[in-house]
Amino acid sequence: MAYLELFLTFFTIGIVTFGGGYAMLPMIQSEVAARWGELISESSLINFVAVSESTPGPFAINMATYVGSVVGRDAGGDFLASMLGSFCATMGVVLPSFIVILIVAKCYDRFKQSSLVKGAMSGLKPAVVGLIANAVLKVVRQVLIPSGFAWSIFSTSAFWISAGLFAVMAVLAFKKVHPIIIICISAAAGILFGCLGWL
Amino acid sequence: MKLKRLWQVFLTFFKIGGFTFGGGYAMIPLIQHEAVEKRKWVTDEDILDIVAIAESTPGPIAINSATFVGYRAAGVMGSAAATLGVVLPSFVIILALSFVLAQFQEVKYVQYAFRGIQAGVMALLFKALWTMYKKAPKSIASYIVMGASFLLTTFLPVNVIFVILGCGIFGILTSKFCPGLCKEGKK
Repeated sequence: MAYLELFLTFFTIGIVTFGGGYAMLPMIQSEVAARWGELISESSLINFVAVSESTPGPFAINMATYVGSVVGRDAGGDFLASMLGSFCATMGVVLPSFIVILIVAKCYDRFKQSSLVKGAMSGLKPAVVGLIANAVLKVVRQVLIPSGFAWSIFSTSAFWISAGLFAVMAVLAFKKVHPIIIICISAAAGILFGCLGWL
Repeated sequence: MKLKRLWQVFLTFFKIGGFTFGGGYAMIPLIQHEAVEKRKWVTDEDILDIVAIAESTPGPIAINSATFVGYRAAGVMGSAAATLGVVLPSFVIILALSFVLAQFQEVKYVQYAFRGIQAGVMALLFKALWTMYKKAPKSIASYIVMGASFLLTTFLPVNVIFVILGCGIFGILTSKFCPGLCKEGKK
């Protein structure tokens, strides 16, 4: 049953998200929290966004494979179960776009001129912006105030280190520094401050 | 002959999947190099079309473009070969990594590293948000949708699927019945 749930969940995610990788994050966040919240914490999902960025391949496939593997391992216990979970989730996320593109490739000109498609896209593109803004807000909350907001948070070194590191990395990101370099620098900074006992 | 072509399609996309970091858009230059310049399966113009199609159909951009190019190169089987090729490297790598991560996540230094990495991911997400914002239309209707989808998902327990469907329908209706709202401001 866990495998069918994986397939169907990722099939739905694949069918309703437009605009590629990051556009899937809001859906993945909410579905994982609702279905597999005990297995995959918000924090480990964020960690995995970093892993997805620093390994080759499409973001969406990486995330699906990862969630599938964790859920599969929990359902079956061994490597094979884990692999089956990954397989179901990945198939689910791939299949909708595979089918849709096959259809579009056949009647491409009609698709390109369709006012229905253009109209829908004029609503979907800004929707993705709003949804990602919500996803980012969730991540900010999880990273900066993991145990809920209290004024005392401003007197902890961990808060200021995370906030400072975020500011520096944001500048680097907007200067088009490669994501992998950003993740490596952040990891090094995390280890340094952790060893100093400031985290 | 046909089998050889399928194998070529598979290998080409296996290589593309295994060597691009950051997904979809990062793959476009590679697809252009391999499928247009080397193999001549598609033309430069097709590549522009692929990007446009990939953006207006559901699913990961990488899968969309692999399926499209595969279809042009060798029909439906070509699509399957290309998609399998582009998915396989990350599937194998991530499956292995998920086990390695489970082993190491108790290590103190790994935890420190991820504390830092989370701040970095936050920065990357802000960048992604900005990129998406720049690509979205700048009209009154568009700003309404941005605000509504953010507020609905943040303050009400609304399912993301309904927000997406609603925004798509809203887009169709406004562009049909009140095109004035969809006019983009001067840039």
